[in-house]
Amino acid sequence: MSSGEPLLEIRDLDVAFGGLKAVNGLNIQVYEGEIVSVIGPNGAGKTTLFNAISAMVPVTAGDILFEGSSLLGLDPNQVTSRGIARTFQNVRLFTNMTILENVMVAQHCRTKRGAWGALFYTRAFRSEEAEIRAWGEKVLGFFGSRLVGFRLNQPASVLSYANRRRLEIARAMATRPKLLLLDEPVAGMNPVESAELTRLIGRLRDEWGFAIVFIEHDMSVVRDVSDRVIVLNHGELLTEGLYADVSMDPRVIEAYLGQDTIIEDAITS
Amino acid sequence: MTATLPPETGAAGASAEPPLAASRPALAQDWRRLVRMGAVGAVAQVFIALSNMPVRLDERVIVKPVLSLGYLTLLIVPFAAGHRVGHQIKREGMPQHAAGAHEVAGGAACGAVAGGGLSLLAVLLANFDLREPLVNWSPMLAELLAFGNATRFAVVIWLLIGAAVGALGGGLRLLGPRTRRAVVTMALAVGGAAVLEPLVVDLAEGMRLEALTDRLYARRGGINWTSALGLAAGSGILAVLGRGRIQQARAHIAELEGAQRTRTNGLLILATAAVLIVLPLFAGKLTNELLANVGLFVLLALGLNVVVGLAGILDLGYVAFFAVGSYSAAVLTAATSPRINPELPWLVALIVVVIITGLVGLFIGAPVIRMRGDYLAIVTLGFGEIIRLIFLSDWLSGWFGGSQGITKIPGAGIFGLTSVAGTDPRRVFYLVLAFCAIAIYVSWRLERSRLGRAWMAVREDETVAEAMGINTVNVKLLAFVVGAILGSFSGAIFANKVGSVFPSSFLILVSMVILVVVIFGGMGSIIGVIAGAALLIGVLGGPKQPGLLQEFSEFKLLIYGALLVWMMLARPEGLIPSARRTRELHQEEFLQDAWLRGEVDTDDGNGAEPEATERS
Repeated sequence: MSSGEPLLEIRDLDVAFGGLKAVNGLNIQVYEGEIVSVIGPNGAGKTTLFNAISAMVPVTAGDILFEGSSLLGLDPNQVTSRGIARTFQNVRLFTNMTILENVMVAQHCRTKRGAWGALFYTRAFRSEEAEIRAWGEKVLGFFGSRLVGFRLNQPASVLSYANRRRLEIARAMATRPKLLLLDEPVAGMNPVESAELTRLIGRLRDEWGFAIVFIEHDMSVVRDVSDRVIVLNHGELLTEGLYADVSMDPRVIEAYLGQDTIIEDAITS
Repeated sequence: MTATLPPETGAAGASAEPPLAASRPALAQDWRRLVRMGAVGAVAQVFIALSNMPVRLDERVIVKPVLSLGYLTLLIVPFAAGHRVGHQIKREGMPQHAAGAHEVAGGAACGAVAGGGLSLLAVLLANFDLREPLVNWSPMLAELLAFGNATRFAVVIWLLIGAAVGALGGGLRLLGPRTRRAVVTMALAVGGAAVLEPLVVDLAEGMRLEALTDRLYARRGGINWTSALGLAAGSGILAVLGRGRIQQARAHIAELEGAQRTRTNGLLILATAAVLIVLPLFAGKLTNELLANVGLFVLLALGLNVVVGLAGILDLGYVAFFAVGSYSAAVLTAATSPRINPELPWLVALIVVVIITGLVGLFIGAPVIRMRGDYLAIVTLGFGEIIRLIFLSDWLSGWFGGSQGITKIPGAGIFGLTSVAGTDPRRVFYLVLAFCAIAIYVSWRLERSRLGRAWMAVREDETVAEAMGINTVNVKLLAFVVGAILGSFSGAIFANKVGSVFPSSFLILVSMVILVVVIFGGMGSIIGVIAGAALLIGVLGGPKQPGLLQEFSEFKLLIYGALLVWMMLARPEGLIPSARRTRELHQEEFLQDAWLRGEVDTDDGNGAEPEATERS
């Protein structure tokens, strides 16, 4: 799978908050069409890594390259327009906007009609609005009938927890990214839902062509869908590789549990 | 006098026939509630009395010779307390106590407590010399409180009046919905006719219907009591016959969809426009002046609405753009402008004004926009003052005339056809109306565009909006600039209408008044903002502009403040809110409604996997 230029390359990344090194000397490559999961105990720096990639926290040292060019110094919106979209650990939708508006507004950086088009209601403006809407509905349609139909014009606040998570993924998809960063996509879902979402993550790669990096604590999801697993501990790369290898690595087991147990039994039972 | 209360309230409790045993506990607490409400009323009434409102407003007669605005300000308090005390929160599945005689008794008791405040005040005033601490106390006030009799009379009469009016307030709860609607309509009709008196008289003169208004109104202001009765009866009958047809029609319009809805809306807009265009032709100077002032504030409020209502940037220094618009229009058109005086035609000047104000918006916005929340609000407040002080400064007095301002600004010429100056308020109003139409169109179109959605997202969660690819700095800056330009329209018209600009016209108070108009009317709602401006500026008056109730001008800020507090408590979404804002503030109720419609989204049964979508 990993061949040629990496899509995302992280070189010697340091992120420090005052004296605390949340991420320390990290080197990671993600290739096109790959599904990579990031695991590690709490405080390992997983979300900080995501925040650093999406330019939401400043990088102390090192470099982040996306398609060969550096992301350092960019604003979050510029990172998104380069082709990296993310979701949040604690779902952060625009709850008072409708479901359709949530995915429409996410296409902001892919569209360009400004105030003039809106004021004079130009043909270009109208056709762009129609495109935005069509793409929004298409993205929502990926999740079956749950987010479309009469739901389209309802505020996102009426959605159930699981559907909010789905809508958040849809919103990230709507930005037309090349790389999706999913922060604990199945957190709080029941086993049926998380199994379904696991399959959806696979389809996101197969049908939509996204490369996906996701943070997850649910080991069954990690096992079922990831091509490669990256293990962080104390902001450093502990190990990476296939799930089967990583899960048997004694250092990983120790980092997670501090004792000699098979993580799979302990966490997914 | 509080000692007399428990027996009275006891009677109120006993006379109530509890329809359900479960409602007992609620009634047992009633006397505490009564006293609390009454005490609040008493404090309010004493405060109103000591603010000198009754004396000042006594000149304005509402129904001659029974009621003046001054007494109304005092009487409304026990009435409201008496009505409010019977209020109970409706809860699904919870028993309610039915309305009964106890409503009247409770209202009377509560009103008596409220009136007791004034009784106490009368006693104090009679026995102690309180002139020093109470600056507004005057023999006139004492006379007014005692209805021209000895102070002893006031002590008794206010207890009685409080009880009577409170009983009426409580009694309102006994009426069925239809009767209540009729009563409210009657009160509104009489009150409205009284408040709108100058407007109605003016219009009637224009339409040569003086005979009608001569009958309706007494010679020196106020409705004749016979006409008041007639008006009340007529409106009551209309209300009974109408049976809420207006509400039905509104609900019907709200249900329309698609093309039908568009057509109805178009018709409504056309009708409103027609009325607004025709009305001034029949109106005299006074009404047109009033309409023009309201229009100027509608324009300002619409501009601020883009900034605060749509983009969620709390701008407390919005007057800056009004000032820049006014001053640049003055400099560009007036021959007397100190340094440069190109004497441009107004329309040409307006283009330059828009550019200048837009640039100032960018200039102020650029540093401000990177801040958030409280910090942003405080910085905008600062910039608002800075702009005013710049115009006031000696340093630039060679340009802007310092505190002398710029005078003799010519009227606004339109294509050389007509000239619009303050001497002809009708033309000013038409000019304002045209720009209001532009402002409404701009806000309406922008809200429903890519930019409008981005503003919404920024308002909801700026961090996430940024992460979703929205350049929040640009988008917010654009909101700032659009707001600035709309404000500059108002400024340019203002300068040429008044004919002179002074730094004192652009006090921070103007910012506050515009903000109050936006909040009161309903943030983010175009119709709400217009209604807010019409009610606040039209009835109470603007910072320097008189409204219909000119007598209020002294107490304008007090009333603004009171209205704002009441609004935040009772209806935080504003008078005519936007649907979105209502949803934000009443999310729980909205979710309940969705649940009742069976549209609630549960995770049950959602485990079914969607079919594979074909990827084209």
